[in-house]
Amino acid sequence: MSSTVQYQYDPKHLKKSGEDFFDASMLQKHEMVLNIGPQHPSTHGVLRLEVMTDGEIIREVIPHLGYLHRCFEKHAEALPYNQIIPFVDRLDYMAAMNSEHAYVMGLERMLGIENDIPKRIEYIRVLVAELNRLASHFVAIGTYGLDIGSFTPFLWMMRDREYINRLLEWVSGARMLYNYIWVGGLFYDLPVGFEEQCQSFITYLKPKMKEMQQLITENKIFIERTAGVGVLPLDLAINYGVSGPVLRGSGLRFDLRKVDAYSAYPELEFDVPVGKGEMGKVGDCWDRTQVRVLECDESIRIIEQCLKQLTTDYKRTRDFNPQKVVPKKIRPKAMDFYARAENPKGELGFFFRSSGNTDVPLRCKVRSCCFVNLSVLPALSKNVMLSDLVAILGSLDIVMGEIDR
Amino acid sequence: MSKQSFSDIVAIIKSHQGGESIVSLKEDLKQPQAIIRTSQLESVARVLWETPSLYFDTLSCLTALDNGEKEGTIEVIYHLYSIPYEHSFILKVVVPRGDEKNLPQVPSLCGIWKTANWHEREAFDMYGIHFTGHPDLRRILLPSDWEGYPLRKDYKEQETYHGIKVAY
Repeated sequence: MSSTVQYQYDPKHLKKSGEDFFDASMLQKHEMVLNIGPQHPSTHGVLRLEVMTDGEIIREVIPHLGYLHRCFEKHAEALPYNQIIPFVDRLDYMAAMNSEHAYVMGLERMLGIENDIPKRIEYIRVLVAELNRLASHFVAIGTYGLDIGSFTPFLWMMRDREYINRLLEWVSGARMLYNYIWVGGLFYDLPVGFEEQCQSFITYLKPKMKEMQQLITENKIFIERTAGVGVLPLDLAINYGVSGPVLRGSGLRFDLRKVDAYSAYPELEFDVPVGKGEMGKVGDCWDRTQVRVLECDESIRIIEQCLKQLTTDYKRTRDFNPQKVVPKKIRPKAMDFYARAENPKGELGFFFRSSGNTDVPLRCKVRSCCFVNLSVLPALSKNVMLSDLVAILGSLDIVMGEIDR
Repeated sequence: MSKQSFSDIVAIIKSHQGGESIVSLKEDLKQPQAIIRTSQLESVARVLWETPSLYFDTLSCLTALDNGEKEGTIEVIYHLYSIPYEHSFILKVVVPRGDEKNLPQVPSLCGIWKTANWHEREAFDMYGIHFTGHPDLRRILLPSDWEGYPLRKDYKEQETYHGIKVAY
């Protein structure tokens, strides 16, 4: 056996890769710098926070990102459009279907085939995307409970998310990273019997949603921990560009599913819940969680309508081919194009530049919703108590895979 | 007031800033773009932000991209969106690529939209664009002692980083 040494230790290698923002020697007597993360359960992934504290009051928070940087944008410049879809799954791995949907819709608009997609495909896409939105919100709400000290909701939410993971595994073959939605179609039609199983899951889930509300948003301890904490005023929210439940929690009825009316959403009935400040002030942590809880109800409504359409007007036929419109070669004309869609966590945007003579994009930039939502954290957590920092960070619902890309 | 078209928005910019602030217009694209003189970017952005009939309150996306050594330019593209009017506008600046010691300079828009703060840091990290007037221009995704700007077309990764082989 040859003994090639892959790594030779040298004391020089132990130097820090990044400078700290605060210089410890410059601190005043009452100040202390506290390091949270990168490995800490309440940071929801590998996020490092450098916190300047004064006793138990936080003066400033400096987030350090990049621990999960996997060079998505560099990889995308070397891959054909259809082969980027599995990479897109791995951005927001809690809501891969929604990310795929956004990416694929952008490309279809570039190719000019967005009106050729059969209605059944659009409804299946919305169905799986809303199932995934439920799963993503379940994780958000469950882990948020975990962050601020209640263990039970986490287990209950994970139990219900498991049903969704199994349903989506049945559809696509994978539990989290699907590669199911293709440009111009789908990998495969829904499996036989899926509609009935999904319906029985929804019937099971409805009473559980009541339980969830009682357990979390109506829980006195939860309200005490979150109401009036981390209030994000609407003007600040818009200026920072936050989107999704964080923006709606601040009281603005803004949902891209309504505003842009893409895919099958204009034909479906659903409401856009907003934060009303019922427990504290508009835009506090409780409002953001309440928006997510109410959005779960809306997603269930959408799923039921999709199931109805998929079993009546656009029901399964023997000759239905979900890959009929899938182009042999994905080669958009030379252009710049920005496409966006509503993910569970906010506005996910893709910017493409195509050259017109290759299948590979010249540039594929992700406008990540979690990246923008996290950027408001330093402003939100000025002069709050240390324990509220965890409550604020959890209420933003971040996924590091999408922030670091 | 209602949604403004691309040419209406351009007319408003011209009436405030004069015609010379706009280098050229690309109106025949699916999403039309206005290429702005780099020195006037901030004042044009301020017009778009402050004019009541435009009200561009969000910066949806900020993209930097490299056109390669042959063209020798780097572009920064700003996607603006107005929530009340539901209209959008795309600004673009084109600057020479420069080199390690002489990074391309683009004015920062942090003072208008705070979204620009982290996005500009990312553009600096990946393309080495120096945003003048940025309050805290550090690398954001890569470690601060990383060498080079990875999304440039001619990027060559360093051989080792803290004794670890980089190329795989």
